[in-house]
Amino acid sequence: MYTPEMLESIKAVEKTRGKRMKEQHPRLTPQEKEALLKSFHPDFRPDTMRKVTVGPSKGETMPHELVDLLEARSRLDPHTFSLEAVAHDVEVLVIGGGGAGTSAAIEAKLAGANVLQVTKLRLGDANTMMAQGGIQAATKPNDSPMLHYLDVMGGGGFVNKPDLVKALVHDAPLVIDWLEDWGCMFSKEADGALVTIHGGGTCRKRMHFARDYTGAEIMRTLRDEARNIGVPIIEFSPAIELVLDEEGKCAGAVLTNLETGEYCVVRARAVILATGGFGRLHLAGFPTTNHYGATADGLVMAYRAGAPLIFLDATQIHPTGVAFPEQIIGQLVTEKVRGLGAQLVNTEGEQFVNPLETRDAVSSAIIRECLDRQKGYTTGTSQPGVWLDSPMIEAIHGKGTVQRELPAMYRQFKRFDIDMAQQPVLIYPTLHYQNGGVEINDLGETSIPGLFVAGECSGGVHGRNRLMGNSLLDILVFGRRAGQAAAAKSRSVKIGKLTLEHVKKYHAELDQEGIETDRISPMLLPDYTRKVPRADRG
Amino acid sequence: MAQLQAVRIHIMGKTYSVPAALTIMKAMEYAGYKLIRGCGCRGGFCGACGTIYRTPGDYRIKVGLACQAVVEEDMYLTQLPFFPAQAATYHLDQAKPALSQLLKCYPELSRCLGCNTCTRTCPQELKVMDYMAAAMRGDIARVADLSFECIMCGLCASRCPAETVPYNVAILARRLYGKYMAKKAQHLAEVVSKIKAGEFDASLNQMADQNINELKKLYNSRDIEP
Ligand SMILES: Cc1cc2nc3c(=O)[nH]c(=O)nc-3n(C[C@H](O)[C@H](O)[C@H](O)COP(=O)(O)OP(=O)(O)OC[C@H]3O[C@@H](n4cnc5c(N)ncnc54)[C@H](O)[C@@H]3O)c2cc1C
Ligand code: FES
Repeated sequence: MYTPEMLESIKAVEKTRGKRMKEQHPRLTPQEKEALLKSFHPDFRPDTMRKVTVGPSKGETMPHELVDLLEARSRLDPHTFSLEAVAHDVEVLVIGGGGAGTSAAIEAKLAGANVLQVTKLRLGDANTMMAQGGIQAATKPNDSPMLHYLDVMGGGGFVNKPDLVKALVHDAPLVIDWLEDWGCMFSKEADGALVTIHGGGTCRKRMHFARDYTGAEIMRTLRDEARNIGVPIIEFSPAIELVLDEEGKCAGAVLTNLETGEYCVVRARAVILATGGFGRLHLAGFPTTNHYGATADGLVMAYRAGAPLIFLDATQIHPTGVAFPEQIIGQLVTEKVRGLGAQLVNTEGEQFVNPLETRDAVSSAIIRECLDRQKGYTTGTSQPGVWLDSPMIEAIHGKGTVQRELPAMYRQFKRFDIDMAQQPVLIYPTLHYQNGGVEINDLGETSIPGLFVAGECSGGVHGRNRLMGNSLLDILVFGRRAGQAAAAKSRSVKIGKLTLEHVKKYHAELDQEGIETDRISPMLLPDYTRKVPRADRG
Repeated sequence: MAQLQAVRIHIMGKTYSVPAALTIMKAMEYAGYKLIRGCGCRGGFCGACGTIYRTPGDYRIKVGLACQAVVEEDMYLTQLPFFPAQAATYHLDQAKPALSQLLKCYPELSRCLGCNTCTRTCPQELKVMDYMAAAMRGDIARVADLSFECIMCGLCASRCPAETVPYNVAILARRLYGKYMAKKAQHLAEVVSKIKAGEFDASLNQMADQNINELKKLYNSRDIEP
């Protein structure tokens, strides 16, 4: 429910609505857009990033919060930690309990490998569970993998790795078929045809969905099946370091039991890292749509072991995350709201950006309005925001449109006594997706023999910008490929003596660069204790 | 910034003063708990954060998701992050979309008393008892439909006097429906067989070999489905 102060602010929005309905806010010129991005988009602002000074991608620019974790020491003392007591000896170790990890574990198991899956929280506590929108695949007769390829490349700025994109679009229909075979319930027409819609940047309607619980439906189905086929799982036991053998092959990981603090050594002939994204680093102070455990652990571990990272200077900020109520700060307000005509309005009731500019420009304009021009509304928990004038939707398209077209959104706000068909909603940009990650090939292999990476933790598939619906696809395409490839590889590999030499070397490099720090990484979980909630702790 | 009002809450019987309007989850963190259990997506999707509570003067136990429900003055709360509910394993390939399958996996299903506690307990406000009734009739399509937005938090099972596990019955029904009862998509079967026959390989390779300028041209001239 809105506070009296907020209701007062909403009056200013209502007052100008009639006039604004006839207005179209001018589009930015290319020069204006460039200046706007440079000043306010975290990707372009020089103060949000720096060059990393150690490791395989030394000299690359990345967000401060990530560099802080890369320029940090291991949780283990590599000089004293003993790898002698191996608690689990397996063929394939899968690290991560989201869609990428679980599809990899299923495929590796079905390929006959002795698999172990470990994860930080529960199996399925993951970004995969939260995806609502959909999953892309060229399954319709008017579509083709080639058209899908073009869309992915165009969206990514034509810098995506072609082999990965080829694998993505080639396997896409196979993934939908695979999911259906496990009993996933996609939304269908009466004749069984899959319902598909457009997403930003698609030339064909190829977004498949399961009502607005697409990720949850995929995740809970895979979780159920992994249990059915007996994939052993250790929950609440994140990996904190990869282990190599003397030849530099990946040979397992050290885990820690989050509840007891106990360490545990896993030896494996192949390791699949599927630890997801980095939203919980709250880059540049942003709230996030991501789950609690999205803290870039996989990036840190792979990097320390010697695997290069790519495209990490490109982060996906979504312009419209919830800014109020506090309970759901950072969660997505779908782009469709703007698509149906809702304008973005400041506390004086003025538009300040055309709502259909690109995501990066809209985000920057909102940030400028709040932080620079001071024309945003700041809530009781210090969260700034601007009004998204959702009542315009029914003023334009007629009564009932909001509930018909945006049922989940409507319910989301209704839970907190806000009727978005009648009242505008307060929004602010939110940190959504990690475009880059560990460099892989089309089987998910990295430069380290025996180390595979799949899902949001990897980079290159989406170039500098992922299109909606291609991430759920990515995690299953590369999860499955990595699972199969790791199982095959594990048959022929001989693991030598386990070592943490790479950690010693990494620490030495930190010393050499004069980085004296008591920071340790991976982070594992953000710390929100004893703090008054703020924008950056959604 | 407006001054935050404080409310008093009792976390597992211990009293804390926290800012009003926080979710139970953020209030626990404010009080100093670093959550390990009971916190997953923080967005109402994963079911990690089931919480039960009571307020003074009311004998009833209430439930909520800690990440979605707001603190109330004098609430006595505890999270229920784990419940040792039984989960059957089965071979989907050999399973049948019929009542017999549900009963084979969950024989206690027939003990349901129809008391409606599950429906009152569901933080997603699903009609749990109705889908359990459908399950007992073997109406798998109905179970799948009514339970679709289940986040498997387990609160229904924790409160069921007949010790049934509604959320696990539900996922079994949904998977049976998805695999055996939902009509197949003809267009999907067609494209899958083309891919398996390698029909797109040459064109895809050609596409991947294009230089950037050619690709950009193709991209900019592609027609967009209305
Ligand atoms: C709100 C939201 C909506 C989205 N909507 C869409 C959409 O509509 N369409 C789409 O395509 N994409 C969408 N995405 C993106 C997509 O959901 C994710 O990119 C994708 O699911 C990531 O899958 P993953 O398996 O790589 O990572 P995750 O699903 O995040 O899984 C990572 C797992 O690794 C575990 N882990 C982390 N660190 C460690 C460690 N040190 N040791 C062990 N385990 C660890 C985590 O706990 C987690 O279980 C959305 C994302 C969000 C957050
Ligand atoms: S933390 Fe996932 S539902 Fe509350």
